[in-house]
Amino acid sequence: MTAPATANAVEHVAAGEVLAFPAQEPARATRDSRPLRLITCGSVDDGKSTLIGRLLWDTKAVKEDQAATLQRDSNGKQNDLGLPDFALLLDGLQAEREQGITIDVAYRYFSTDKRSFIVADTPGHEQYTRNMATGASTADLAVLLVDARVGLLEQTRRHATIATLMGIKQFVLAVNKIDLTDYDRARFEEINHEFRELALSLGVRQVTAIPVSALKGENVVYDGRASMPWYDGPTLIEVLELATTRSAQTVGFRLPVQRVSRPGESFRGYQGTVAGGSVKPGDSVVILPSGMVANVTKIVTFDLVRNAAVAGDAITLVLDRQVDVSRGDMIVAIDSQPLTGLSFDAQLVALQPEGIQPGKRYWLKSGSRRQRVQIQPVSQLDLQTGKWNHAEQLPMNAIGKVHLAFDEQAVFDTYEQNRTTGAFILIDPDTNNTVAGGMITAKRSALGGIHTEDARVILSLPADLADQLMATELFAGRREEAEVRRVSAGKAVEIIDDIDG
Amino acid sequence: MPHNHPETELHNPQSAKPPLDPHLKALENEAIHIFREVAAEFERPVMLYSIGKDSSVLLHLARKAFYPGRVPFPLLHVNTGWKFAEMIAFRNEIVERYDLDLIEHVNPRGAAENVTPFTHGSALYTDIMKTEALRQALDAGQFDAAFGGARRDEEASRAKERIYSFRTPDHRWDPRNQRPELWNVYNGMIRKGESVRAFPLSNWTEVDIWRYIQAEDIPIVPLYFAEKRPIVERDGMMILAEDPRLELLPGETKREEVIRFRTLGCFPLTGAIRSKATTLDDIISELETATVSERQGRAIDRDQSGSMEKKKREGYF
Repeated sequence: MTAPATANAVEHVAAGEVLAFPAQEPARATRDSRPLRLITCGSVDDGKSTLIGRLLWDTKAVKEDQAATLQRDSNGKQNDLGLPDFALLLDGLQAEREQGITIDVAYRYFSTDKRSFIVADTPGHEQYTRNMATGASTADLAVLLVDARVGLLEQTRRHATIATLMGIKQFVLAVNKIDLTDYDRARFEEINHEFRELALSLGVRQVTAIPVSALKGENVVYDGRASMPWYDGPTLIEVLELATTRSAQTVGFRLPVQRVSRPGESFRGYQGTVAGGSVKPGDSVVILPSGMVANVTKIVTFDLVRNAAVAGDAITLVLDRQVDVSRGDMIVAIDSQPLTGLSFDAQLVALQPEGIQPGKRYWLKSGSRRQRVQIQPVSQLDLQTGKWNHAEQLPMNAIGKVHLAFDEQAVFDTYEQNRTTGAFILIDPDTNNTVAGGMITAKRSALGGIHTEDARVILSLPADLADQLMATELFAGRREEAEVRRVSAGKAVEIIDDIDG
Repeated sequence: MPHNHPETELHNPQSAKPPLDPHLKALENEAIHIFREVAAEFERPVMLYSIGKDSSVLLHLARKAFYPGRVPFPLLHVNTGWKFAEMIAFRNEIVERYDLDLIEHVNPRGAAENVTPFTHGSALYTDIMKTEALRQALDAGQFDAAFGGARRDEEASRAKERIYSFRTPDHRWDPRNQRPELWNVYNGMIRKGESVRAFPLSNWTEVDIWRYIQAEDIPIVPLYFAEKRPIVERDGMMILAEDPRLELLPGETKREEVIRFRTLGCFPLTGAIRSKATTLDDIISELETATVSERQGRAIDRDQSGSMEKKKREGYF
């Protein structure tokens, strides 16, 4: 796409016009004073480390002694502006310096008068995608770098997709090295156009596109008007200062119980971090998965008697009766409960060389709960076409859709509704390594909860429904052969049957 | 009752503190979450306590995390024998005041061989009296998790550290093969002999630490405040000259200066700064205009580039 030819030479391209999506969240009356967590991503050599180095340098986060070390480590390898190699501020590992690449995610901190920032600088190499996913999981905003000369690459698409899966709603498209295209406005717009197509297909709503020279510091902290009079939009730092942190989640009160506190006979409290909604004394709550009901009597913290706690607060909750609550349980609002069941749908990113094996029993950890799960891959995302193709297993770095089958009741929200109670990691019991990060998309319905295991079918049903089903004609002649397994205190039943029988 | 808004916090009458700002509150919540998670998942956790400002904040957060219970694990102080005298006095007082269990460990080999920063040089001394000593203490206690107060803003290789940092049975850190760490879901599964170092202060910066100390009124070693003290200048560092074991080299003289410490380690390896900051307000405003980083005064970081990474690989905290 080229710039429309107009007689008016002072036509400005505001970022908002280039990607005129409606803002999803209304502008806040007051600035969000919490630190903004952001991730920079993009392909190798797009200049991520240089961009962050520039952010640190121009916000005065690099102290004199660090600058001296940097000068020394640069070995006189200064650029034509007389500045040291900023990437060395970020790539702190010996192996990274030897190879000139970023291997692991580095977290950096800087601030302006208006706000503080935590930035995760993540690797561009495909083999280190897991470290990019690590950074994305906690980020509020993604800065996606593209080399103006090269345009979008498969790795750009992979990173944008993972960031979207991880729930990031705000993107900055930094079209870097614009100086190497002679500040070519048409090139900038061409890349915007291409990214717009991708963003639309991913359902991304908030994109700000900025032409940037990280090396020269144009449109990063200081504006680049002298070189790019055609660009009238915000600088990167301006966008970051105004961005919102993760929005409050829509579900009700959630407290994954980390620990039971029993310092003496007279006190029993449930410790954890509120993962959604709010709670106050007098509220009725349900303990899941047991389903017991109680009322909140007190919210205890170290130095405050609180009359309410909200998402993010680390608290100790006291209930009005003796109930059986242990680590891994979830205390939730009685009028807004999460999904419980034995079978769920999820999307995940495979993070280790061995990929994800079908039928293998992994540990799943979500919140404070750890339980065994079997994974059935369903499909894998083709990053080139955006299509989900049927898949039997998921290799490293694959983004896949899977079915999860549990031995005992599991409790989740969807990730869309709650980024804490809808997220999980998978741990390989053979190596103890974290092999995937996953996001719950749905509970599988009773009859949808069928999956094949060798030649058998496992039906996971509530007990009463299972009894009804066994009474039907379908099972009339087969009651003897089907294996019936009661799980979780008789609340659910699994009927295991031969698929071809 | 004047406050009925559901999100209003009712202050304990004993505590007149204003609520924390959202930034510090978020950091505090994250740290408490990590403390509780480690305490629940591991059999034998221990907390590294080095008596500095970060340790003081770490301890405060631990007390908050387990309140109204006691801190459910011991503190481990790896003593090199070359700590500032004021630090040891402070430590003893804190342990008593808060009813804490303290384990103190000195490397017996180092003590027997009289390893000192003067005789062996900073690198070897640190290796024996800190890294080796730490490994001995962790092995002796069979600790499977150890809390540390390291922050990612301190040093380049620290910036790469996970919150749960996995260690092999011989305490090695492999920076190229760290476990992915997504959301706040931490993987604490280890085999016997392996361990995890946990860093609740990972996302704090030096200014955050000071602002939190001020907001929460946390006791710290008085050496952080400016005062007239005896010093000797050596290798471009101002060394506190109180300990009789510090021998003056030819050409060196002892003099008095108004100084304070921005970071506290072993006195021969920790440089003081000229400062008039006698209050927390002074310290914070001094910091906000500082042009050098906190670790500028630490000799052990400067042996060579990447030396912290090497030490960490060997088991240094």
